[in-house]
Amino acid sequence: MAGDQELKLLGSWASPFVIRARIALNLKGVGYEFLEEGLGTKSELLLKSNPVYKQIPVLIHNGKPICESMIIVQYIDEVWAAAGPSILPSDPYDRAIARFWAVYIDDKWFPLLWKIIIAKADDEETAEAAEQVIAGLQLLEEAFEKCSKGKDFFGGKSVGCIDIALGCYFGWVKAAEKMAGVKLLDKEKIPLLMGWAERFCSADAVKELMPEVDKLIEHGKMVRARLNAAATN
Amino acid sequence: MAPEKAVVLLDERVSPFGQRVRIALAEKGVEHEYREEDLTNKSPLLLKSNPVYKKIPVLIYDGKPISESLIIVQYIDDVWVHGTPLLPTDPYERANARFWAYFVDKKIYDCGARMLKYTGEAHEEAKEEFMENLKLLEGELQDKTYFGGENFGLVDMAFVPFTTWFYTFEFYGNFSIEKEFPKLVAWGKRCMERESVSKSLQDPLEVYELLAYLIKKKYGKV
Repeated sequence: MAGDQELKLLGSWASPFVIRARIALNLKGVGYEFLEEGLGTKSELLLKSNPVYKQIPVLIHNGKPICESMIIVQYIDEVWAAAGPSILPSDPYDRAIARFWAVYIDDKWFPLLWKIIIAKADDEETAEAAEQVIAGLQLLEEAFEKCSKGKDFFGGKSVGCIDIALGCYFGWVKAAEKMAGVKLLDKEKIPLLMGWAERFCSADAVKELMPEVDKLIEHGKMVRARLNAAATN
Repeated sequence: MAPEKAVVLLDERVSPFGQRVRIALAEKGVEHEYREEDLTNKSPLLLKSNPVYKKIPVLIYDGKPISESLIIVQYIDDVWVHGTPLLPTDPYERANARFWAYFVDKKIYDCGARMLKYTGEAHEEAKEEFMENLKLLEGELQDKTYFGGENFGLVDMAFVPFTTWFYTFEFYGNFSIEKEFPKLVAWGKRCMERESVSKSLQDPLEVYELLAYLIKKKYGKV
Protein backbone atom coordinates (compact mmCIF):
# COMPACT_ATOMS: atom_id res chain seq x y z
CA MET A 1 0.00 0.00 0.00
CA ALA A 2 1.28 3.46 -0.85
CA GLY A 3 1.21 4.77 2.74
CA ASP A 4 4.03 6.35 4.73
CA GLN A 5 6.93 6.20 2.36
CA GLU A 6 10.27 7.82 1.80
CA LEU A 7 10.15 9.61 -1.52
CA LYS A 8 12.94 11.73 -2.96
CA LEU A 9 13.29 13.28 -6.39
CA LEU A 10 16.72 14.26 -7.68
CA GLY A 11 16.34 17.02 -10.23
CA SER A 12 16.77 20.56 -11.41
CA TRP A 13 14.24 23.39 -11.76
CA ALA A 14 15.09 23.84 -15.45
CA SER A 15 14.88 20.26 -16.64
CA PRO A 16 11.72 19.41 -18.57
CA PHE A 17 12.31 15.76 -17.71
CA VAL A 18 12.22 16.54 -14.01
CA ILE A 19 9.08 18.63 -14.46
CA ARG A 20 7.39 15.52 -15.86
CA ALA A 21 8.00 13.57 -12.66
CA ARG A 22 6.81 16.49 -10.52
CA ILE A 23 3.59 16.90 -12.51
CA ALA A 24 2.87 13.20 -12.07
CA LEU A 25 3.48 13.39 -8.32
CA ASN A 26 1.23 16.48 -8.10
CA LEU A 27 -1.54 14.71 -10.02
CA LYS A 28 -1.47 11.96 -7.42
CA GLY A 29 -1.17 14.40 -4.49
CA VAL A 30 2.02 12.71 -3.30
CA GLY A 31 4.53 14.58 -1.14
CA TYR A 32 8.26 14.19 -1.73
CA GLU A 33 11.63 15.71 -0.93
CA PHE A 34 13.11 17.60 -3.89
CA LEU A 35 16.89 17.50 -4.07
CA GLU A 36 18.23 20.09 -6.51
CA GLU A 37 21.29 19.12 -8.56
CA GLY A 38 23.42 22.10 -9.60
CA LEU A 39 24.33 22.72 -13.25
CA GLY A 40 27.54 20.92 -14.11
CA THR A 41 27.68 18.95 -10.86
CA LYS A 42 26.52 15.45 -10.07
CA SER A 43 25.99 14.48 -6.46
CA GLU A 44 27.20 11.19 -4.97
CA LEU A 45 23.57 10.19 -4.55
CA LEU A 46 22.85 10.79 -8.24
CA LEU A 47 25.88 8.81 -9.40
CA LYS A 48 24.97 5.98 -7.06
CA SER A 49 21.28 6.00 -7.99
CA ASN A 50 21.72 6.26 -11.76
CA PRO A 51 25.10 4.72 -12.53
CA VAL A 52 24.10 3.91 -16.13
CA TYR A 53 23.12 7.37 -17.37
CA LYS A 54 24.18 9.61 -14.43
CA GLN A 55 21.22 11.88 -15.25
CA ILE A 56 18.27 13.50 -13.56
CA PRO A 57 15.46 12.91 -12.83
CA VAL A 58 15.81 10.00 -10.43
CA LEU A 59 12.93 9.08 -8.15
CA ILE A 60 14.05 7.27 -5.02
CA HIS A 61 11.19 5.41 -3.38
CA ASN A 62 12.04 3.76 -0.06
CA GLY A 63 15.67 3.69 -1.13
CA LYS A 64 15.02 2.17 -4.56
CA PRO A 65 15.88 4.35 -7.57
CA ILE A 66 13.76 4.67 -10.70
CA CYS A 67 15.32 6.43 -13.70
CA GLU A 68 14.19 7.86 -17.04
CA SER A 69 11.39 10.43 -16.89
CA MET A 70 8.60 8.59 -18.73
CA ILE A 71 9.41 5.36 -16.87
CA ILE A 72 9.15 7.35 -13.62
CA VAL A 73 5.78 8.79 -14.73
CA GLN A 74 4.44 5.30 -15.46
CA TYR A 75 5.78 4.05 -12.13
CA ILE A 76 4.02 6.86 -10.25
CA ASP A 77 0.82 6.12 -12.15
CA GLU A 78 1.00 2.43 -11.19
CA VAL A 79 2.02 2.80 -7.54
CA TRP A 80 -0.46 5.58 -6.74
CA ALA A 81 -3.15 4.30 -9.11
CA ALA A 82 -6.00 5.01 -6.73
CA ALA A 83 -4.71 8.38 -5.51
CA GLY A 84 -5.51 10.49 -8.55
CA PRO A 85 -6.62 10.46 -12.18
CA SER A 86 -4.99 7.88 -14.46
CA ILE A 87 -2.03 9.29 -16.30
CA LEU A 88 -1.79 6.46 -18.83
CA PRO A 89 -5.08 5.69 -20.61
CA SER A 90 -6.91 2.59 -19.44
CA ASP A 91 -7.58 1.24 -22.93
CA PRO A 92 -4.58 -0.79 -24.21
CA TYR A 93 -4.68 0.77 -27.68
CA ASP A 94 -4.88 4.31 -26.34
CA ARG A 95 -2.04 3.42 -23.98
CA ALA A 96 0.10 2.25 -26.90
CA ILE A 97 -0.66 5.48 -28.77
CA ALA A 98 0.28 7.54 -25.70
CA ARG A 99 3.60 5.70 -25.42
CA PHE A 100 4.17 6.13 -29.15
CA TRP A 101 3.84 9.90 -29.03
CA ALA A 102 5.94 10.15 -25.85
CA VAL A 103 8.77 8.31 -27.64
CA TYR A 104 8.33 10.43 -30.80
CA ILE A 105 8.48 13.63 -28.76
CA ASP A 106 11.72 12.60 -27.03
CA ASP A 107 13.52 10.77 -29.83
CA LYS A 108 12.53 12.80 -32.89
CA TRP A 109 11.12 16.17 -31.89
CA PHE A 110 13.10 17.31 -28.86
CA PRO A 111 16.56 16.84 -30.44
CA LEU A 112 15.48 19.39 -33.08
CA LEU A 113 14.42 21.86 -30.40
CA TRP A 114 17.66 21.28 -28.57
CA LYS A 115 19.60 22.03 -31.74
CA ILE A 116 17.97 25.46 -31.82
CA ILE A 117 18.72 26.11 -28.15
CA ILE A 118 22.42 25.29 -28.34
CA ALA A 119 23.04 26.62 -31.85
CA LYS A 120 25.78 29.13 -32.39
CA ALA A 121 24.91 31.92 -34.81
CA ASP A 122 24.35 29.45 -37.66
CA ASP A 123 21.24 30.70 -39.40
CA GLU A 124 20.94 27.91 -41.93
CA GLU A 125 20.92 25.01 -39.50
CA THR A 126 18.72 26.83 -37.03
CA ALA A 127 16.17 27.76 -39.68
CA GLU A 128 16.04 24.16 -40.88
CA ALA A 129 15.64 22.81 -37.33
CA ALA A 130 12.87 25.36 -36.70
CA GLU A 131 10.99 24.15 -39.77
CA GLN A 132 11.25 20.58 -38.54
CA VAL A 133 10.10 21.55 -35.02
CA ILE A 134 7.05 23.23 -36.55
CA ALA A 135 6.35 20.19 -38.75
CA GLY A 136 6.53 18.02 -35.64
CA LEU A 137 4.12 20.30 -33.82
CA GLN A 138 1.71 19.99 -36.73
CA LEU A 139 1.84 16.20 -36.41
CA LEU A 140 1.15 16.61 -32.70
CA GLU A 141 -1.75 18.96 -33.50
CA GLU A 142 -3.34 16.09 -35.47
CA ALA A 143 -2.57 13.69 -32.64
CA PHE A 144 -4.21 16.07 -30.18
CA GLU A 145 -7.38 16.16 -32.25
CA LYS A 146 -7.55 12.35 -32.28
CA CYS A 147 -6.56 11.74 -28.66
CA SER A 148 -8.49 14.53 -26.92
CA LYS A 149 -11.80 13.65 -28.63
CA GLY A 150 -12.95 17.21 -28.09
CA LYS A 151 -11.86 17.42 -24.47
CA ASP A 152 -9.27 19.70 -22.83
CA PHE A 153 -6.18 17.47 -22.85
CA PHE A 154 -4.52 14.67 -24.81
CA GLY A 155 -5.55 12.59 -21.81
CA GLY A 156 -9.19 13.70 -22.09
CA LYS A 157 -10.65 15.42 -19.04
CA SER A 158 -7.40 15.48 -17.12
CA VAL A 159 -3.68 15.85 -17.77
CA GLY A 160 -2.31 12.57 -19.09
CA CYS A 161 0.80 10.94 -20.49
CA ILE A 162 1.17 12.88 -23.75
CA ASP A 163 0.24 16.16 -22.07
CA ILE A 164 3.10 15.61 -19.63
CA ALA A 165 5.51 14.37 -22.30
CA LEU A 166 4.99 17.45 -24.51
CA GLY A 167 3.89 20.14 -22.09
CA CYS A 168 7.07 19.94 -20.02
CA TYR A 169 8.95 21.45 -22.97
CA PHE A 170 6.68 24.47 -23.35
CA GLY A 171 8.92 26.90 -21.47
CA TRP A 172 11.92 25.75 -23.51
CA VAL A 173 10.03 26.25 -26.77
CA LYS A 174 9.42 29.87 -25.83
CA ALA A 175 13.04 30.23 -24.70
CA ALA A 176 14.26 28.81 -28.02
CA GLU A 177 12.10 31.29 -29.91
CA LYS A 178 13.75 34.22 -28.15
CA MET A 179 17.28 32.78 -28.17
CA ALA A 180 17.28 32.06 -31.89
CA GLY A 181 14.79 34.66 -33.11
CA VAL A 182 12.51 32.06 -34.70
CA LYS A 183 8.74 31.63 -34.44
CA LEU A 184 7.79 28.12 -33.41
CA LEU A 185 4.36 28.66 -31.84
CA ASP A 186 2.03 29.84 -34.58
CA LYS A 187 -1.68 30.07 -33.78
CA GLU A 188 -2.46 29.77 -37.49
CA LYS A 189 -0.59 26.49 -37.82
CA ILE A 190 -1.36 24.84 -34.46
CA PRO A 191 -4.56 26.41 -33.12
CA LEU A 192 -5.60 23.40 -31.05
CA LEU A 193 -2.18 23.02 -29.44
CA MET A 194 -2.05 26.71 -28.57
CA GLY A 195 -5.36 26.39 -26.71
CA TRP A 196 -4.15 23.20 -25.09
CA ALA A 197 -0.85 24.79 -24.00
CA GLU A 198 -2.66 27.54 -22.12
CA ARG A 199 -4.88 25.03 -20.34
CA PHE A 200 -1.92 22.79 -19.58
CA CYS A 201 0.22 25.56 -18.08
CA SER A 202 -2.65 26.71 -15.85
CA ALA A 203 -3.62 23.22 -14.64
CA ASP A 204 -3.29 22.85 -10.89
CA ALA A 205 -0.71 20.09 -11.09
CA VAL A 206 1.43 22.11 -13.50
CA LYS A 207 1.19 25.84 -12.88
CA GLU A 208 3.85 26.24 -10.19
CA LEU A 209 6.34 24.06 -11.98
CA MET A 210 6.76 25.87 -15.30
CA PRO A 211 9.92 27.96 -15.11
CA GLU A 212 10.02 31.60 -16.20
CA VAL A 213 11.15 31.90 -19.79
CA ASP A 214 13.79 34.56 -19.02
CA LYS A 215 15.40 32.27 -16.45
CA LEU A 216 15.40 29.43 -18.98
CA ILE A 217 17.07 31.67 -21.56
CA GLU A 218 19.81 32.51 -19.04
CA HIS A 219 20.19 28.84 -18.21
CA GLY A 220 20.18 27.88 -21.89
CA LYS A 221 22.96 30.35 -22.62
CA MET A 222 25.07 28.84 -19.83
CA VAL A 223 24.52 25.31 -21.12
CA ARG A 224 25.34 26.46 -24.65
CA ALA A 225 28.54 28.14 -23.49
CA ARG A 226 29.66 25.03 -21.60
CA LEU A 227 28.97 22.77 -24.57
CA ASN A 228 30.80 25.04 -26.96
CA ALA A 229 33.76 25.33 -24.56
CA ALA A 230 33.88 21.53 -24.23
CA ALA A 231 33.77 21.14 -28.00
CA THR A 232 36.76 23.36 -28.56
CA ASN A 233 38.91 21.74 -25.84
CA MET B 1 -19.19 -16.22 -29.74
CA ALA B 2 -17.81 -13.27 -31.72
CA PRO B 3 -15.16 -14.17 -34.29
CA GLU B 4 -11.53 -13.49 -33.35
CA LYS B 5 -10.49 -10.01 -34.38
CA ALA B 6 -7.84 -10.13 -37.07
CA VAL B 7 -4.19 -9.81 -36.05
CA VAL B 8 -1.80 -8.81 -38.81
CA LEU B 9 1.94 -8.30 -38.43
CA LEU B 10 3.77 -6.22 -41.04
CA ASP B 11 7.37 -7.25 -40.69
CA GLU B 12 10.62 -8.17 -42.39
CA ARG B 13 12.12 -11.55 -41.66
CA VAL B 14 15.60 -10.36 -40.73
CA SER B 15 14.59 -7.44 -38.52
CA PRO B 16 15.56 -7.91 -34.85
CA PHE B 17 12.78 -5.47 -33.93
CA GLY B 18 10.23 -7.54 -35.81
CA GLN B 19 11.61 -10.67 -34.17
CA ARG B 20 10.80 -9.23 -30.75
CA VAL B 21 7.14 -8.97 -31.73
CA ARG B 22 7.10 -12.47 -33.28
CA ILE B 23 8.50 -13.89 -30.03
CA ALA B 24 5.87 -12.03 -27.97
CA LEU B 25 3.01 -13.27 -30.17
CA ALA B 26 4.35 -16.82 -29.95
CA GLU B 27 4.74 -16.63 -26.17
CA LYS B 28 1.08 -15.61 -25.94
CA GLY B 29 -0.04 -18.13 -28.54
CA VAL B 30 -1.67 -15.41 -30.65
CA GLU B 31 -2.67 -16.56 -34.10
CA HIS B 32 -1.85 -13.91 -36.65
CA GLU B 33 -1.24 -13.25 -40.29
CA TYR B 34 2.39 -12.51 -41.08
CA ARG B 35 3.04 -10.20 -44.03
CA GLU B 36 6.58 -9.82 -45.28
CA GLU B 37 7.36 -6.28 -46.39
CA ASP B 38 9.78 -5.39 -49.14
CA LEU B 39 11.40 -2.35 -47.56
CA THR B 40 12.58 -1.11 -50.95
CA ASN B 41 8.96 -1.05 -52.05
CA LYS B 42 6.79 -0.45 -48.99
CA SER B 43 3.17 -1.51 -49.16
CA PRO B 44 0.37 1.07 -49.06
CA LEU B 45 -0.83 -0.64 -45.87
CA LEU B 46 2.51 -0.07 -44.17
CA LEU B 47 2.66 3.56 -45.25
CA LYS B 48 -0.88 4.10 -44.03
CA SER B 49 -0.36 2.20 -40.76
CA ASN B 50 2.91 3.89 -39.77
CA PRO B 51 2.90 7.27 -41.50
CA VAL B 52 5.31 8.82 -38.99
CA TYR B 53 8.22 6.38 -39.36
CA LYS B 54 7.12 4.14 -42.30
CA LYS B 55 8.94 1.26 -40.58
CA ILE B 56 8.26 -2.29 -39.55
CA PRO B 57 7.22 -3.93 -37.34
CA VAL B 58 3.60 -2.79 -37.25
CA LEU B 59 0.94 -4.83 -35.49
CA ILE B 60 -2.58 -4.30 -36.73
CA TYR B 61 -5.30 -5.58 -34.40
CA ASP B 62 -8.92 -5.19 -35.34
CA GLY B 63 -7.86 -2.67 -37.98
CA LYS B 64 -5.90 -0.47 -35.55
CA PRO B 65 -2.11 -0.18 -36.07
CA ILE B 66 0.55 -0.08 -33.36
CA SER B 67 4.20 0.75 -34.12
CA GLU B 68 7.56 0.58 -32.32
CA SER B 69 8.60 -2.90 -31.20
CA LEU B 70 8.82 -2.34 -27.44
CA ILE B 71 5.47 -0.53 -27.46
CA ILE B 72 3.94 -3.41 -29.45
CA VAL B 73 5.27 -5.99 -26.97
CA GLN B 74 3.76 -4.07 -24.03
CA TYR B 75 0.50 -3.75 -25.98
CA ILE B 76 0.43 -7.51 -26.61
CA ASP B 77 0.90 -8.05 -22.89
CA ASP B 78 -1.96 -5.64 -22.13
CA VAL B 79 -4.41 -7.22 -24.57
CA TRP B 80 -3.68 -10.95 -24.23
CA VAL B 81 -3.75 -10.95 -20.45
CA HIS B 82 -4.27 -14.67 -20.05
CA GLY B 83 -1.07 -15.78 -21.72
CA THR B 84 2.47 -15.78 -20.27
CA PRO B 85 3.02 -12.39 -18.59
CA LEU B 86 5.68 -10.47 -20.52
CA LEU B 87 6.20 -7.85 -17.83
CA PRO B 88 6.43 -8.31 -14.05
CA THR B 89 3.42 -7.36 -11.92
CA ASP B 90 5.36 -5.34 -9.35
CA PRO B 91 5.63 -1.64 -10.39
CA TYR B 92 9.32 -1.37 -9.44
CA GLU B 93 10.20 -4.51 -11.40
CA ARG B 94 8.16 -3.19 -14.34
CA ALA B 95 10.05 0.10 -14.27
CA ASN B 96 13.31 -1.84 -14.18
CA ALA B 97 12.23 -4.00 -17.14
CA ARG B 98 11.33 -0.92 -19.19
CA PHE B 99 14.63 0.72 -18.25
CA TRP B 100 16.76 -2.17 -19.50
CA ALA B 101 14.64 -2.81 -22.59
CA TYR B 102 15.20 0.78 -23.69
CA PHE B 103 18.87 0.49 -22.69
CA VAL B 104 19.21 -2.23 -25.33
CA ASP B 105 17.86 0.17 -27.96
CA LYS B 106 19.75 3.26 -26.88
CA LYS B 107 23.06 1.75 -25.87
CA ILE B 108 23.54 -1.68 -27.39
CA TYR B 109 22.01 -1.43 -30.85
CA ASP B 110 23.26 2.08 -31.50
CA CYS B 111 26.94 1.54 -30.72
CA GLY B 112 26.95 -2.03 -32.04
CA ALA B 113 25.82 -0.63 -35.38
CA ARG B 114 28.48 2.09 -35.28
CA MET B 115 31.13 -0.49 -34.52
CA LEU B 116 30.08 -2.43 -37.60
CA LYS B 117 29.86 0.61 -39.86
CA TYR B 118 32.97 2.58 -39.01
CA THR B 119 36.70 2.08 -39.23
CA GLY B 120 39.64 3.68 -37.45
CA GLU B 121 39.07 5.83 -34.37
CA ALA B 122 35.28 5.93 -34.72
CA HIS B 123 35.26 2.13 -34.76
CA GLU B 124 37.50 1.87 -31.69
CA GLU B 125 35.35 4.34 -29.77
CA ALA B 126 32.17 2.51 -30.69
CA LYS B 127 33.74 -0.83 -29.74
CA GLU B 128 34.79 0.45 -26.33
CA GLU B 129 31.32 1.81 -25.68
CA PHE B 130 29.77 -1.42 -26.93
CA MET B 131 31.86 -3.53 -24.55
CA GLU B 132 31.06 -1.22 -21.61
CA ASN B 133 27.36 -1.50 -22.35
CA LEU B 134 27.44 -5.28 -22.69
CA LYS B 135 29.20 -5.34 -19.32
CA LEU B 136 26.39 -3.25 -17.80
CA LEU B 137 23.82 -5.57 -19.30
CA GLU B 138 25.60 -8.66 -17.99
CA GLY B 139 25.75 -6.93 -14.61
CA GLU B 140 21.97 -6.66 -14.66
CA LEU B 141 21.56 -10.33 -15.67
CA GLN B 142 24.02 -11.74 -13.11
CA ASP B 143 23.12 -15.38 -12.48
CA LYS B 144 19.42 -15.13 -13.20
CA THR B 145 17.79 -17.55 -15.62
CA TYR B 146 16.36 -14.65 -17.57
CA PHE B 147 16.50 -10.86 -17.20
CA GLY B 148 12.97 -11.25 -15.83
CA GLY B 149 14.22 -13.71 -13.16
CA GLU B 150 12.43 -17.00 -13.57
CA ASN B 151 10.13 -15.41 -16.15
CA PHE B 152 11.13 -14.75 -19.75
CA GLY B 153 10.04 -11.18 -20.40
CA LEU B 154 10.41 -7.77 -22.03
CA VAL B 155 14.16 -7.34 -21.59
CA ASP B 156 14.88 -10.88 -22.77
CA MET B 157 12.75 -10.25 -25.86
CA ALA B 158 14.39 -6.88 -26.44
CA PHE B 159 17.91 -8.30 -26.47
CA VAL B 160 17.69 -11.90 -27.65
CA PRO B 161 17.43 -11.10 -31.40
CA PHE B 162 20.83 -9.43 -31.11
CA THR B 163 22.42 -12.65 -29.89
CA THR B 164 22.24 -13.81 -33.50
CA TRP B 165 24.36 -10.76 -34.31
CA PHE B 166 27.11 -11.85 -31.89
CA TYR B 167 29.06 -13.66 -34.58
CA THR B 168 29.02 -10.51 -36.73
CA PHE B 169 29.95 -8.26 -33.79
CA GLU B 170 32.87 -10.57 -32.96
CA PHE B 171 34.08 -10.62 -36.54
CA TYR B 172 34.09 -6.85 -36.98
CA GLY B 173 35.07 -6.09 -33.40
CA ASN B 174 37.79 -8.68 -33.25
CA PHE B 175 36.90 -10.04 -29.82
CA SER B 176 35.08 -13.01 -28.32
CA ILE B 177 31.73 -12.28 -26.70
CA GLU B 178 31.75 -15.73 -25.07
CA LYS B 179 35.10 -15.00 -23.45
CA GLU B 180 34.22 -11.48 -22.30
CA PHE B 181 30.55 -12.03 -21.40
CA PRO B 182 29.98 -15.74 -20.74
CA LYS B 183 26.78 -15.14 -18.77
CA LEU B 184 25.17 -13.34 -21.71
CA VAL B 185 26.08 -16.16 -24.06
CA ALA B 186 24.73 -18.80 -21.65
CA TRP B 187 21.53 -16.76 -21.28
CA GLY B 188 21.20 -16.59 -25.08
CA LYS B 189 21.43 -20.36 -25.30
CA ARG B 190 18.76 -20.77 -22.62
CA CYS B 191 16.46 -18.44 -24.57
CA MET B 192 17.00 -20.47 -27.73
CA GLU B 193 15.54 -23.48 -25.93
CA ARG B 194 12.19 -21.68 -26.05
CA GLU B 195 10.31 -22.46 -29.22
CA SER B 196 9.05 -18.88 -29.50
CA VAL B 197 12.67 -17.74 -29.79
CA SER B 198 14.21 -20.49 -31.91
CA LYS B 199 11.42 -20.21 -34.47
CA SER B 200 11.62 -16.43 -34.70
CA LEU B 201 15.36 -15.83 -34.97
CA GLN B 202 17.70 -16.15 -37.89
CA ASP B 203 20.79 -18.29 -38.08
CA PRO B 204 23.88 -16.24 -37.02
CA LEU B 205 25.73 -17.09 -40.23
CA GLU B 206 22.80 -15.88 -42.31
CA VAL B 207 22.84 -12.66 -40.25
CA TYR B 208 26.58 -12.29 -40.86
CA GLU B 209 26.23 -12.79 -44.61
CA LEU B 210 23.46 -10.23 -44.85
CA LEU B 211 25.15 -7.64 -42.62
CA ALA B 212 28.52 -8.10 -44.33
CA TYR B 213 26.84 -7.52 -47.67
CA LEU B 214 25.07 -4.36 -46.45
CA ILE B 215 28.17 -3.00 -44.73
CA LYS B 216 30.27 -3.47 -47.84
CA LYS B 217 27.55 -1.98 -50.05
CA LYS B 218 26.82 1.06 -47.89
CA TYR B 219 30.16 1.78 -46.26
CA GLY B 220 32.65 0.02 -48.52
CA LYS B 221 33.98 -1.85 -45.52
CA VAL B 222 35.10 -5.49 -45.74
